[in-house]
Amino acid sequence: MGSLNIENVKKSFGPVDVLKGIDLAVSDGEFVVFVGPSGCGKSTLLRVIAGLEDASSGHVIIDGNEVTSTPPAKRGIAMVFQTYALYPHLTVRNNMALGLKQAGTPAAEIEKRIAAASTMLSLEPYLERRPAELSGGQRQRVAIGRAVVREPKLFLFDEPLSNLDAALRVNTRLEIAQLHRRLKATMVYVTHDQVEAMTLADKIVVLNAGRIEQVGAPMELYNSPANVFVAGFIGSPKMNFIEGARLGESVKTIGVRPEHLTVDAKKGAWKGTVIHAEHLGADTNIYLDCEKAGLLTVRVFGVYDAEPGATLYATPDPARTYRFGEDGRAVK
Amino acid sequence: MSRATNSFSRSAAAHAILIAYTIIALFPVFIIVINSFKARNAIFNAPMTPPTAETFDLVGYRTVLAQGDFLQYFQNSFIVTVSSLFFVLLFGAMAAFALSEYRFRGNKLMGLYLALGIMIPIRLGTVAILQLMVASGLVNTLTALVLVYTAQGLPLAIFILAEFMSTVSDDLKNAGRIDGLSEYTIFFRLVLPLVRPAMATVAVFTMIPIWNDLWFPLILAPSEATKTITLGAQMFIGQYVTNWNAVLAALSLAILPVLVLYLIFSRQLIRGITSGAVK
Repeated sequence: MGSLNIENVKKSFGPVDVLKGIDLAVSDGEFVVFVGPSGCGKSTLLRVIAGLEDASSGHVIIDGNEVTSTPPAKRGIAMVFQTYALYPHLTVRNNMALGLKQAGTPAAEIEKRIAAASTMLSLEPYLERRPAELSGGQRQRVAIGRAVVREPKLFLFDEPLSNLDAALRVNTRLEIAQLHRRLKATMVYVTHDQVEAMTLADKIVVLNAGRIEQVGAPMELYNSPANVFVAGFIGSPKMNFIEGARLGESVKTIGVRPEHLTVDAKKGAWKGTVIHAEHLGADTNIYLDCEKAGLLTVRVFGVYDAEPGATLYATPDPARTYRFGEDGRAVK
Repeated sequence: MSRATNSFSRSAAAHAILIAYTIIALFPVFIIVINSFKARNAIFNAPMTPPTAETFDLVGYRTVLAQGDFLQYFQNSFIVTVSSLFFVLLFGAMAAFALSEYRFRGNKLMGLYLALGIMIPIRLGTVAILQLMVASGLVNTLTALVLVYTAQGLPLAIFILAEFMSTVSDDLKNAGRIDGLSEYTIFFRLVLPLVRPAMATVAVFTMIPIWNDLWFPLILAPSEATKTITLGAQMFIGQYVTNWNAVLAALSLAILPVLVLYLIFSRQLIRGITSGAVK
């Protein structure tokens, strides 16, 4: 279907540099997720790929064709928006058909594709309804259907699950994953939710302040983060960072994930006081104020009784402790 | 729990205030309409009483329809109002779309320049406008009036519509661009239907001063063929004798078309609100 290459793309709005030189290669059939905090430029990058914003410099290449100055409709892409962006005055069927009609697709072909897409997304009962008569989840399925019927080389998703409630979000996430498996299409997905990123992606691109921090498979990012930012961004609850100097280490920062700490009431590496405990059933998050290491989050699997004020000892797993140098990069 | 919203006394008080306001607002109109059906003596002897079997007289309407070419005046007013309204809404919406949608150098300055028109009354430029119309040979044409009224209506229309256009979802416009719609199609098919309530508001605000205007028809198009209804009604007001029956009848008749237009737009207003937005 389609590969995507981005070469040194920069984008500035007046004096503000939003993208500071992005290079990225996405191969055919890959599911790539752009993830990062608000304002990191991930949506802008998606818009540049879509052609809704012009890059200030650099090249966008879709399926081997340079499309940097091609209008969005001619790039062979389809996009799903956060706010669904369905045409309010058209029925579900016409919402899906509009792009194809504009491209001059024969009516029989349009009919065929709509039938296939609506079966795939269980939209048949709603084809004659207008968007106002649909629920949020149904509207987002229509928006996905509108993208599917175009048979694009590249699917672009701009935070498609953000407006849905928690239960629906899980369902729709599953549908998108299935859709990718069935269509084997190249998909680029933007989100600020790292759970979506971890569950959907073949490849995650972590962006921060207009730059790519790290590109890799979800487990690669989790197991060997390239720097402090990625280490802190991937994983929930967040990785604990301790100043190296406090522990008598030579590196600037020591990082240890909450799930790689064990606690004991009697003995351990770091003595601390329980500040608060969150009981989630499957696991318990304990916030410990340690004399040596400062404030730590510890994730204990299963139920663990820890009263605020109690004394606990935390011990890190030495094999899974991360060390970061002065520049924030991981030190082996 | 507060029962304020459905308490009887509160709702009665609210209705009393609204009814009182309605009476005050409609009273002058009511007086004009009842007196237009009365004989001349009755108008002066008992202006407040509705026409009775004795005082009922259609002389005003007969005079209006017999003297002068009132149908022609109506038609002129109608053509001028509807054409001006059409151009104000079309150009106003287009300019508002450009100002709210596209980033270009001088965007803010352009918006400010257009908004200046709201603050400076167009009548200050009457002499220049008259010279312009004389030079271009447009005196005593309806075109002159349509041009002036379009210019007069545009600033407010752009100001209000630009505000509404910026509330239309960017995603929707971008979805249209990805589906290959032209900027004109996006404007006419996606954006305009969503700002229809604002368009109706602008239409009402623009229409009424145009319909009621006496100044520009008097200066730019006073000829018999181009007289508007407001100007036409003036011929019954003399320096020494005023034919009140005819004046009142002409004014009563002049209310009707504008009322019809208003009803059309206010229906649009309601339909626009209830049509269901994006989210």
